[in-house]
Amino acid sequence: MSKLITRRSVMAAGAAGAVGTLTTLPISMVRLAFGGTRDDFTFTYISDAHIQQIKGSTFVRNWDQGLRRAVAEANLVKPESDFVIFGGDLAQLGKKDELDHGAEILSHLSPKLHTVMGEHDYYLDLGEYWSKLYGPQYYSFDHKGVHFVVLNSILTTDEWTFHRWPSDEQRMQEMAGLDNPNGSPFMVGEKQRAWLKEDLSKIQHDTPIVVFSHSPLQKIYKGWNFWTDDAEEVQALLQPFKSVNVIYGHVHQIQYNQIGNISFNSVMATAWPWPYPQSYAQVESHLPVLTVPMNRGDPFFERDATGWQLIDVNSGRVAARYQLWDNEPRTVAFDHKQGRPVDLAFQEPTHRRPAQNHY
Amino acid sequence: MAMRMRSGALVFALLGFTIGSGTRCQAEPLGLPPVPIPADNPQTPEKISLGDKLFHDSRFSGDGTISCSTCHANDKAFTDSPLKTSHGIGGHAGTRNAPTVINAAYFHTLFWDGRASSLEDQSQNPFLNPIEMGLPSHEPILKIVRDDPAYSDAFKKVFGASGAGISMEHVKKAIASYERTLISGDSPFDRWYFHHDSAAISEPAKRGFDVFVGQGRCVSCHVIEQTQALFTDNRFHNIGVGINRIQPETPRLAAEFLIAKAAGASVDKSVLSDPKTSDLGRFAVTTHFDEIGAFKTSTLRNIAVTGPYMHDGSLKTLRDVVKHYNQGGKSEGDPSINPYLSGGIRPLNLSDQQMDDLVAFMETLTSPAYVNASAGGSKP
Repeated sequence: MSKLITRRSVMAAGAAGAVGTLTTLPISMVRLAFGGTRDDFTFTYISDAHIQQIKGSTFVRNWDQGLRRAVAEANLVKPESDFVIFGGDLAQLGKKDELDHGAEILSHLSPKLHTVMGEHDYYLDLGEYWSKLYGPQYYSFDHKGVHFVVLNSILTTDEWTFHRWPSDEQRMQEMAGLDNPNGSPFMVGEKQRAWLKEDLSKIQHDTPIVVFSHSPLQKIYKGWNFWTDDAEEVQALLQPFKSVNVIYGHVHQIQYNQIGNISFNSVMATAWPWPYPQSYAQVESHLPVLTVPMNRGDPFFERDATGWQLIDVNSGRVAARYQLWDNEPRTVAFDHKQGRPVDLAFQEPTHRRPAQNHY
Repeated sequence: MAMRMRSGALVFALLGFTIGSGTRCQAEPLGLPPVPIPADNPQTPEKISLGDKLFHDSRFSGDGTISCSTCHANDKAFTDSPLKTSHGIGGHAGTRNAPTVINAAYFHTLFWDGRASSLEDQSQNPFLNPIEMGLPSHEPILKIVRDDPAYSDAFKKVFGASGAGISMEHVKKAIASYERTLISGDSPFDRWYFHHDSAAISEPAKRGFDVFVGQGRCVSCHVIEQTQALFTDNRFHNIGVGINRIQPETPRLAAEFLIAKAAGASVDKSVLSDPKTSDLGRFAVTTHFDEIGAFKTSTLRNIAVTGPYMHDGSLKTLRDVVKHYNQGGKSEGDPSINPYLSGGIRPLNLSDQQMDDLVAFMETLTSPAYVNASAGGSKP
């Protein structure tokens, strides 16, 4: 190791600069290099495993492998992450067998696990079995000076949920399709928003807030439900805080954005990548202009364009290190000078790689 | 194709090396591209001859018994087949199977884990590794080449250097120049595929080719192009060899290795002295979790005469190799497939016939110069 980095030098370098330096270290060395007493910590984010049953004990091998690999690699982080977030869509069609199989793989994680509800976990039995496994669907906790909030953001209208479909299976199938006009926009809903307002009322405005949701709490592309219908109302509850970070799964791609005080970061799936909605040009997309799309997708390497994240909020804002299999690692971190998240390597247009457009 | 390589013979006159002016002397063998020659190390017949001599000199080892050619023997297609892993001074057993030097000139990185970036860079390491040639430093080499008139004259002629002016840079360049002449194509496959000689390979081998580029998915890493075939993508993949057997210990081994590396331990020494650390593969070089248990894609040229196979020599025959891939990256004795497996590896559902055909295809990749090399592999 050519150089060790002290806490002091990191502080002096400023947050984005510090993260830039740290990415040259193996991620597992980052905290060893600090040593000593401090409150900095990292957590691991794994999302969108989509464990899918074919028949009986046979599951889609590709999705199994993605989750197994993320879990195995997360266990290599030394010293350990303080906790792991699983960001939703553990199952593909919400089946008990799928949730059990996924939960068995997740049970190999060494750190404590927190889970977020995804629509693929929910719309078969409206979250009943998931809740048996993982408990409440929305809650908050405090950890080393940061207030963490978990929301169930994939609810929708009562009419769609309870009165439109002849069977639970069909309801699940309709919500499971990406480009399906029979789906319905996600929402957090009035009940949770009221709870969130009450929960946040006890928190000082200079406390860093990190919100975990499955769908983006911003509006990107309604046609694919990269969308939360009451996003503005949720954002309004968060805006009074000086440092707010929303981390979401669901989109299976790297996105980031800044709206007022709120920084948004998406996380990768372990299962498969979605294309960027801007590459699907039939309908206007609001893909955040900050986002540098990932250059990806060698179809032979089925793990390419999937991965997991190691995240810290040591600067009060999210720095997300993307572990991208068969691809290059990337880091998206908050730049305090510009007041928004940036990709530390590729943000400048001149630093980007031309996207692959022939195969 | 006029090329006839005799074991141990200097073949530079027949090869397409580039001389100082950049003009090409002669076309490369059928199936191969021009040999990349670094601008700062142009080929000359005298330099190649000097490199040949250095490559075969066993005085550059701790006990005077081991040369480069001990593990990369001319008559064994520049391997030490049929050894599973190489033996160094004092009978020390290493952890890795000696890869052939033939066509190494085309590789982007050297060693199984790619820890060297050029042939020049690679050549300096085995001298110092305690279980390979075991020298305490490069000084004994420099002493010999400065004192021995046969060497000092050659270094004077090739590099214009003498006495203390002779450095390891010169030694490395000469060895690399020699290695860049060990180029070998013109196999039956090349004559069939690139020259359309339909009698060059058998019907089973032709069927095997179809499996190779189709259901077997081999070609995605062992690359064949329209005008050439290096049979490697120069990338690193976890294919379930070695790492499958150390799964419960991997978190501990990885953490211990990182701490040792941070404290200054040599990657070269760590990976060659401990078999389990060796199995961490490319991770030892890059420390990326993505490369745990990953090793460089081997070329398949002359593969039938360079067994046993894989970084640890754990697979005895080409049939064993095909079976390993057919089972999605798992061999007999492996407890399960490791979770870090490369995304390209999955069960192939090949029939016995298809597997036999694949082996027949790989047996067409032997160049004329090496058909009589000893085979530790599929053919006794």
